[in-house]
Amino acid sequence: MAEVYDVPYMERTRDYYRAQGYSTDYVWANNTDTPFAPLKKPMSESRVGVVTTSMPDTAIGRAQRCIYSTLIPPIPQSMYTEDLSWHQAVTHTDDVNSYIPLEQLMILENEGDIGSLAPRFHSVPTEYSQRNTIENDAPEILNRLREDQVDVVILVPL
Amino acid sequence: MSLVARHLEANSIPTLVIGSALDIVEHCGVARYLYSDLPLGNPCGKPYDHDMQLSIISQAIALFCSATAPNTTERAPYSWSDENNWRDDYAKVDDSNSEELARRGEERRRLQSEQRAGGIERAAMVADG
Repeated sequence: MAEVYDVPYMERTRDYYRAQGYSTDYVWANNTDTPFAPLKKPMSESRVGVVTTSMPDTAIGRAQRCIYSTLIPPIPQSMYTEDLSWHQAVTHTDDVNSYIPLEQLMILENEGDIGSLAPRFHSVPTEYSQRNTIENDAPEILNRLREDQVDVVILVPL
Repeated sequence: MSLVARHLEANSIPTLVIGSALDIVEHCGVARYLYSDLPLGNPCGKPYDHDMQLSIISQAIALFCSATAPNTTERAPYSWSDENNWRDDYAKVDDSNSEELARRGEERRRLQSEQRAGGIERAAMVADG
């Protein structure tokens, strides 16, 4: 049986791009300090926001990688994931619930484990440029989540 | 994505990341991280496995309550299958594909050059979390 270990994605990615002839390695974001915001109220009273790296499966979502907000319900039947790095040889992204936890959060809302699910979720593009993410996308996502009046946020990169 | 989470935390919104690339997320540093040891693409659980998916999100909600300090990582108690070959398979480079990868790199650089000429400047990142 094959060995069980945590896949070293940074090392794999570095070697993979070197094999494609890229001479400069990507430098992953690295921080020594991490901000931490404590909960302000119990989860059973909290509104939960969701952020995904997948894009809407629409003509514009497939063509233009940027921030999108999608009203729910309904839960989308599909999302556009072709631009993202995921393990295409062994799995698929046909089941939206496997990477955006909307159905699960609706169940937990009905059971009283969370206060509510926010009325929309947000797509944020993965970016080669960390500066784009920090200076443009992150502040815009913050603005939209504040409009949604969320108390906590679940972020799910593919 | 971890950078977005950090920005939200810095602005007083508690966050939790669910992802399958342990090294990348911990290298960046996030407040709360639920590590899902599955192939990239399905961090919330195997496709159509509703029980696993609900269990993982329930664990995430519990982790919001139990985490008291930043860089808190917890593992989801699931594996992909009894076969673990997928771990060796991801972004594999060996003699069988090195020529193909070199060719693909050339093609990708040509495409990126065309996109830049056409005004598209935002490049997709590789594995994110």
